[in-house]
Amino acid sequence: MSTIHADAPAIRLADVRFGYRPGQQVLDIPALEIARGARVFLYGPSGSGKTTLLGLIAGVLAGGTGRVEVLGTDLARLGGSARDAFRAQHLGYIFQMFNLIPYLSVRDNILLPTRLDAQRAARLRGQSPAQAATELAEGLDILSLLDQPVTELSVGQQQRVAAARALIGYPELVVADEPTSALDADRREAFLRLLFASCERVGATLVFVSHDQALAPLFSQRVSLPDINRAARPAAA
Amino acid sequence: MVLLSLALKSLRNRLLVSALTVLSIALSVTLLVGVENVRAGVRDSFAGTIRGTDLIVGARGGTMQVLMSTVFGMATPAGGITMGTYEQWKAHPAIKWTIPYSLGDSHRGFRVIGTTSEFFEHYRFRNERVTFAEGGAPTGDTDVAIGHDVAQRLGYRMGQKIVVAHGTGGVTFSEHQAHPFTVVGIIARTFTPIDRALYVTLAGIEAMHELEESGGAAPAAPPAGATAPGGAPLVMPGASGPPAGATAPGGAPLVMPGSSGPPAQAAPPPPPPAPKKPAHGEEGHEHVDGDEHDHDDEHAHGDDEAEHDHDDDKITAFFVGTQTRLETLRLQREMNDDTREPLTAIVPGVALAELWQGVGNAEVGLKVVAFFTVLIGLAGMLVSLYSSLEARRREMAILRAVGARPSTIVALLVLESGVLAVLGAALGVALVYAGLSLAQGPVEDRFGLLIPIRALGSTEWMYLALIVIAGFLVGLVPAWKAYRSSLVDGLSPRT
Ligand SMILES: Nc1ncnc2c1ncn2[C@@H]1O[C@H](COP(=O)(O)OP(=O)(O)OP(=O)(O)O)[C@@H](O)[C@H]1O
Ligand SMILES: [Mg+2]
Repeated sequence: MSTIHADAPAIRLADVRFGYRPGQQVLDIPALEIARGARVFLYGPSGSGKTTLLGLIAGVLAGGTGRVEVLGTDLARLGGSARDAFRAQHLGYIFQMFNLIPYLSVRDNILLPTRLDAQRAARLRGQSPAQAATELAEGLDILSLLDQPVTELSVGQQQRVAAARALIGYPELVVADEPTSALDADRREAFLRLLFASCERVGATLVFVSHDQALAPLFSQRVSLPDINRAARPAAA
Repeated sequence: MVLLSLALKSLRNRLLVSALTVLSIALSVTLLVGVENVRAGVRDSFAGTIRGTDLIVGARGGTMQVLMSTVFGMATPAGGITMGTYEQWKAHPAIKWTIPYSLGDSHRGFRVIGTTSEFFEHYRFRNERVTFAEGGAPTGDTDVAIGHDVAQRLGYRMGQKIVVAHGTGGVTFSEHQAHPFTVVGIIARTFTPIDRALYVTLAGIEAMHELEESGGAAPAAPPAGATAPGGAPLVMPGASGPPAGATAPGGAPLVMPGSSGPPAQAAPPPPPPAPKKPAHGEEGHEHVDGDEHDHDDEHAHGDDEAEHDHDDDKITAFFVGTQTRLETLRLQREMNDDTREPLTAIVPGVALAELWQGVGNAEVGLKVVAFFTVLIGLAGMLVSLYSSLEARRREMAILRAVGARPSTIVALLVLESGVLAVLGAALGVALVYAGLSLAQGPVEDRFGLLIPIRALGSTEWMYLALIVIAGFLVGLVPAWKAYRSSLVDGLSPRT
């Protein structure tokens, strides 16, 4: 298994270039470093490559050049299945919307990472999966929803379930791709606060993508993607 | 296990489509397995029409003729076997038991069979013996036991008096009014041609015909003599060109012209009817040549034997049980080579199988159709799984982000289609049995056909296995697509 270097930064990028098609250049990032335990606000206009960058960090996208080091591990060095295993073990991911598997209950959605990956289940620090889910649900204020079908939740509740799922099994890195864009301002802040608290509790680094500058002050580190991305051209608005 | 529960929940989430897919597979499985099951069942019960009998022996004729006339009561028998010959064979050391059969009479369209208690003792269908719903076997010469269908259709009860007509089929001739029979037994339903027959003793047949001859009810004779003995024209293919008319009169042609030099005949039979026989034999022998101008001779025995193919001292056929099965073929050869009287001995199992072969071709057609419906069912599943994929891209992306490997995605989809196929197969089998148990009663009543409800045979299991495997394989197609798109979509599938 990939070894985690405790002293390595959470994320380090060097000369990363990536395009979906030959000739296309979505990202060209000479350097980016994110420290352990940081709460990073990553922003940029739509189409600037935020999701693409997260895909590289999560090891879902491959085929670029340069180094993408996550928790001290060079993802490019890992094969496809090793990257999948790495992600399953060390990463939590929250989407913008539609985060949940519609045919599973809230509880089952939260438990999904531990069910799909034994290593992730082994990281529960002695808790049973049920205990872990309950604890996270409590922290995110969705305890009463655990046995409900996810199709009956409000968007804000859904995002908290998604956060709980991303956080279960103490991942070192949580990546959130505009998880608050469908929430109104009040709910957005409430959600963020719960998310921060939970990340802190499990000791996870958070990379949070948004183009909502109003949220920026809440974070410990802010990264503007167009600023670090040489490929950034003001293409689409 | 996780995957299975995921797959099941996912299928339940699309309940209607899943149910319809299962149903379409189930229906095609029903057709395929049902056809096979019923076919095998009918074949078995067909093959079970007669069991335990090693040989059926009739006058020289075709295999099918012997089988059809004795077991199925359909073709006309080819002449007869003299009692003496029968007795001789009966005493053969390789033979354990025999059942004599005398055919040629009928009652309101149902066959009347003259036999002995040996029939009730030794005859087996589907390994069962003939039993009685009421009463018992005929013993006296006015006793008759009737089959289930006969009792049902004609509404006969115990004690009913019936009159037997000469000849079979729709065309009956003189009725043996002078010798009525009394129903002493109603045979329990067998689902074989036994249900459509009446059983009297050999003595009963004899008595009936003797009465007939002596005083009797106006033989519609002379013309009948020519036709009635139905079997006559069929007799002995090669033996003697023209024996048609001659057959009836006392087995004349039963001795083959060529083989006649019969020391066998000189030796022959001990039993009482014996003396009569050689006489016939010789008589017949002379006739063979001059038979063409039958008419002159006609009265000679015309009076005597009247219109009977079942001469009183002749039987139509007999069933044989051998001491040891191994001797069957040797015995069969020996009988077929008999020089005293040309016989045809058939092995009923072989003959039945031969007969079934004819039916077999229709089966193939049916099976092809059934296979195509299975293909259609599987194609339907492919379509429904494939078209649901577009809507499930999001789901796949989530699973990937949450730790599912691409192989997990593939496994999930393959599992889903496999589950559908398994459920379809199971439901199909359930439908087969539900259908069979529903149809069984009515089919029995209406057609007198026994549809056995039997366990799945190896062929059916093989079909089911093939369908399930095909189901899993079909899942590979959408799985492959999902695999590709879940990689390409990355984390932002277009929804
Ligand atoms: N699967 C793909 N195939 C080809 N091009 C893609 C694909 N996904 C994204 N792109 C392109 O890459 C660029 C960056 O897209 P990306 O989704 O990373 O932007 P984003 O910053 O996340 O935008 P938004 O804020 O709207 O989510 C866009 O120009 C987009 O058209
Ligand atoms: Mg995006």
